[in-house]
Amino acid sequence: MRTLLSLLLIFLAGCAQTPALRGTGDLGIVIERASSRIAIVDTTAHTILARVDGLGDLSHASAVFSRDGRYAYVFGRDGGLTKVDLLLARIDKRVMQAGNSIGGAISQDGRLVVAQNYQPGGIKVFDATTLELLSEVPTGSKVVGLADLPGQRFGYALFDAGEIWITDLSDPRQPRTQKFPAGRQPYDGLATPDGRHYLAGLFGEDGISLIDTWHLEQGSRRILDHYGRGEEKLPVFKMPHLRGWAVAGSRAYLPAIGRHEVLVVDTTTWREVGRIAVKGQPVFVMARPDGRQVWVNFAFPDNGWVQVIDTLSDQIEQTLQPGKAILHMEFTPRGEEVWLSARDDNAVSVYDTASFARKARLAAESPSGIFFTSRAHRTGF
Amino acid sequence: MLGAMRLALLAILGCNLALATAQAAEPDPARQRELTRLVRQDCGSCHGMALTGGLGLPLTAEALHDKPIEGLEATVHGGRPGTAMPPWKSILNDSEIQWIVQKLMTGFPRE
Repeated sequence: MRTLLSLLLIFLAGCAQTPALRGTGDLGIVIERASSRIAIVDTTAHTILARVDGLGDLSHASAVFSRDGRYAYVFGRDGGLTKVDLLLARIDKRVMQAGNSIGGAISQDGRLVVAQNYQPGGIKVFDATTLELLSEVPTGSKVVGLADLPGQRFGYALFDAGEIWITDLSDPRQPRTQKFPAGRQPYDGLATPDGRHYLAGLFGEDGISLIDTWHLEQGSRRILDHYGRGEEKLPVFKMPHLRGWAVAGSRAYLPAIGRHEVLVVDTTTWREVGRIAVKGQPVFVMARPDGRQVWVNFAFPDNGWVQVIDTLSDQIEQTLQPGKAILHMEFTPRGEEVWLSARDDNAVSVYDTASFARKARLAAESPSGIFFTSRAHRTGF
Repeated sequence: MLGAMRLALLAILGCNLALATAQAAEPDPARQRELTRLVRQDCGSCHGMALTGGLGLPLTAEALHDKPIEGLEATVHGGRPGTAMPPWKSILNDSEIQWIVQKLMTGFPRE
C-alpha cells in the first residue's frame, strides 16, 4: 500500500513538472547582478516566472537570444557564457570562455554566438546549440561594442588599439577580418537597425567613427568631430552604452561623452543636426521601437533620473524619478511599455510609455540589465 | 568617588578624541556603508563588482600590494588623465579617499 502511494506521488510530481505549452515572445530576463542569478519575466502578465541561479559574476552582464526565442545566452563579467532555457527555467549549457568578458552577440542565422573579451582580448566564436568553441580572433586589446551585421559578419572596436575590426564568419572555423582605424579609445559600438552602418563612440577624443558596411572599400570615417568644441569635459563616472539602437526614423540620438547632452545626427548625411540638454551624462539613449520617443538614463550621481525626448520636437517631453540607480531600460516588443531597473531600490518598474504611469513594480535583487526575447529578431541586439 | 569617575570618563573621552584626530576623522559607519556600496557598484562599473578588473585595472589587495598609498590616493582624487579614470574629488573628501584606499589594500569589504 505504501509503495503504491509513493508511486502515485512520484507520478503526480512528474505531472506537475511538465510545463504548460506556451510561446516565448513575451518573455525576457532581468539580471540580478549581485546574486549570480537571472529572473525570467513575463511582459504580458508583469510577473517573474522563475529564477535561475549559478551564472557567476554578473556585475556587467548582457544577453542575446536564440532565434526561436527559447534560449538566452548570458555573458558574465568573469568570462562565463551560460545558455539558459527560458521554458524549463534552467541552465542548458555553461562554459567559462575567458578571464574577463564584457558581452556578446548572435549571428544573423542564429547559429553562432560570439563573445567579446577584455582578458584575454579578442572574440570567441561558439556553436549556438552546443557552445563548442569554433574559432577565435585574438586582438591584443580589450574588445568593446561587438554587434552582429548581415552576412554572418560582426563589427567590434578595440579600446586600447583604437581600431574597428569587421570579421566575416561565413566559415565559422576560418574567420576573415578587416581592420580600420577608429580613433582614440573607442568605448562602445552599435549597428544601425538595417545593419548597414557600424558606429564606434570614442572616449579619448570627441567624435564617432563610422563604417558603411555596404562600402567597406571606403574604410572608416569620422563624424561629429570635435563636438565638445574644445571645452573640457566633465568627469565621466560611467561609460555610456551605445548598444541598443538610438536610431529613430532618419536620426540617431547619441550620448555626448562628459557632457549633459544628447547629440542628434542625420543618418543620411551623418552630420550633427542638434543637441538636447539633459539632466546628466547620458548612459543609455534608447529609441522606443516606433522611434517617436527616446528614453535616456544617466551616470552617477544623476542616476535616479530618466528623461524622455519627443523626437518630433526634440524637446524633453517627460522627466521621471523611477527609483534609485536606474541602470537599464527595455521596451516591450512594440513599445507600449518600458521596464526600468532600479538597482538600489531592489526593484524593476514597468511604465506606460504614453501616460508615463507606473503599471507594475517587481522585487528583484540589485537588478541591472533587462533583456526581452524580441531582441532575437533585431540586428545589432 | 563621583569625582574619580568623572576624571576617568574625561580620560576616556580624551583618548577617543586623540585617536579620532590621528585618523583624520574616519567616515562614520553609515558613510562607510555608502562608500562600500559606491566602490562595489560605481567603481565596479569599470573595475568589476568583485574588483577583479574590467575596462579599468584590478583593485584587489593582491593587485595593489606594491603600489604606493599616496599614488593611489592621488589617482582617486584627481583621476588619471589620458585614461578613463575620472577624478572623484567632487564626490569624495580626503578622509573618505584615505579610508577607501586603505580598505582596498587590505581586501575591500563586501556589502
